[in-house]
Amino acid sequence: MGNAARLAVLGLLALLFMAPYIWMISASLKPTDELFRAHMALIPERFAAIENYGRVLREVPVAQYLWNGVVMCGGILVFQLLFAIPAGYALAKLRFAGRDWVFGAVMLGLLVPAHVPALPLYVAFSGMGLLNSFAALIIPSTISVFGIFLFRQFFKSLPDELIHAARIDGMGEAAIVWRVVLPNAWPAATAFAIFSVVAHWNDLFWPLIVTTGQAYATPALGVLHFRTEEAGDDFAALMAACVIMTAPLVLAFLLAQRRFVEGIATTGLKG
Amino acid sequence: MRGLLLDGLDKSFGATRVLRNVRLAVPPGEFVALLGPSGCGKSTLLRIVAGIEAPDAGRVTIDGRDVTRAHPGARDVAMVFQNYALYPHLTVRQNIAVPLMMRRLSAWRRVPVLGGLLPGTAAQRRDIQADVTRIAEPLGLAPLLDRRPAQLSGGQRQRVALARAVVRSPHVFLLDEPLSNLDAALRVTTRREIVDIHRRVGAATLYVTHDQAEALTMADRVAVMLGGEIVQVGTPTEIYENPVDLRVASFIGSPRINLLPAHAGEDGAVRLQGVATGLVTTARGKLTLAIRPEALEPAHSGWPALVEHTEYLGETTLLHARLDTTAVVLRAPVSQGFAPGQPVMLRFDPARALLFGEDGHRLPAHEAQHA
Repeated sequence: MGNAARLAVLGLLALLFMAPYIWMISASLKPTDELFRAHMALIPERFAAIENYGRVLREVPVAQYLWNGVVMCGGILVFQLLFAIPAGYALAKLRFAGRDWVFGAVMLGLLVPAHVPALPLYVAFSGMGLLNSFAALIIPSTISVFGIFLFRQFFKSLPDELIHAARIDGMGEAAIVWRVVLPNAWPAATAFAIFSVVAHWNDLFWPLIVTTGQAYATPALGVLHFRTEEAGDDFAALMAACVIMTAPLVLAFLLAQRRFVEGIATTGLKG
Repeated sequence: MRGLLLDGLDKSFGATRVLRNVRLAVPPGEFVALLGPSGCGKSTLLRIVAGIEAPDAGRVTIDGRDVTRAHPGARDVAMVFQNYALYPHLTVRQNIAVPLMMRRLSAWRRVPVLGGLLPGTAAQRRDIQADVTRIAEPLGLAPLLDRRPAQLSGGQRQRVALARAVVRSPHVFLLDEPLSNLDAALRVTTRREIVDIHRRVGAATLYVTHDQAEALTMADRVAVMLGGEIVQVGTPTEIYENPVDLRVASFIGSPRINLLPAHAGEDGAVRLQGVATGLVTTARGKLTLAIRPEALEPAHSGWPALVEHTEYLGETTLLHARLDTTAVVLRAPVSQGFAPGQPVMLRFDPARALLFGEDGHRLPAHEAQHA
């Protein structure tokens, strides 16, 4: 009984949150004229999936956009982990002069919205002639203060004796980070990876600033180009494009779902 | 000198001085227990030896080499932690192999997958596996080698920690209260195992504990540490029978040693409540007469006391009594049957009584020559 009630509430909420996405999928399957009818129907009268998706695949370099997204998100994630994990370890477990000041600076960094330094960064990349490149897409996001903070909090919970034992066993600090600390921080790393990838995959702001044209357009930017240049008022095709661009994330989430939930639960990020 | 040598170690945390001029020598093959109440600085001392903590002053010498500032991994020490500190993500086999991998394989050979392609890596890894099995076998770990620490009981984790520590035959073997997380029965059997491992490895062993039963039963020598100082180092018998300091005398022994206020006259004769004890000392004036509970006995004559309560222990009865205003405890034969409120006469063997001056230092005493 309790279970059924819980399931009902959760199901209702899930439906509420998923409604726009479901509507998008539904719209991507309808012919355009059906979209503008006065009455709303979830199931299309006539399926126009082939027309809509076909148009997107014909007119938009979907593979290019997705590939750009993968390279950008992958690059960002690799560097974020490369910097945030050792930094989090140092802040959590090493004693050095000024550590509290450095951590204070990290906390301060958390307060600065990503949009604030956008203009100076743009000027800098422009000056270096790096606009319209993966470097411009990746470099500004390589150091994640949120990541440093998250890993620092997680590493704090690892017992000091574990680190001491590793040192006595002959490991240097780098070996401790990658061989002892990281393998015991998978939940935090997975949670962080998902936050990072989702945020950057969907980010429209920064790619819009530093790239023009299709060569380095990310999926979110690709949808935007398609809307303004190709689709015009063909909203059904636009929805189909949106489905294609968001599908990889949905698939990735479904595959990593268990680990993701584990990570959120153990890092205390929920709520 | 071979073994472990500590010389003039000082350490403060802020304004608190936790170690004062600590000196200790542990030759190879010797088992020294560092015994003291919690907060006496014994764990800090062990961490300084391991290199986890740096001393403010003094030197740590291992096998003739000054390692005071050396990295923990470069000291040839191994340590067993109170909470075992096993690597949770590795199996028992991998846990035990870590110290060997870090020492025998070069950084390149340790790289996952790629390292295995270098010539010779496979052979070295096979040697390591053989050593792991050799050390795990006598500890009964052979069937557990592929489990992870989370799947083991406390006693099994303890043995894995021991195996990981001794697998590379360290020159110095450190143990930090390794039995305190085990239940009472397991503690007694594991004592034996630790001593056996120490014998087999032949390292200079320093064993930190607050449990005097562990120190007295396991160690070749006991170093008693109180308030950041090593007050006395000696064999368990010396420490128990012949403490140099009142603090050692009252810290060692359960039930606690009886401390009776006494007085030495101008002739040096020690009197308890004005009655001659048969002891003569060089000191004069107030002093403390310390008598172990088993050296005090009920008798027909002696000092009058009043029984306050009794504790039946099976083989003996603990008699809690009041001698004048001082509470005393003694072991009495069960057969004598005392009741609370009963008056009793107490007597002791002067040869087993200890004298301490007002400063807490031991005073020489000898029995008066009876005419």
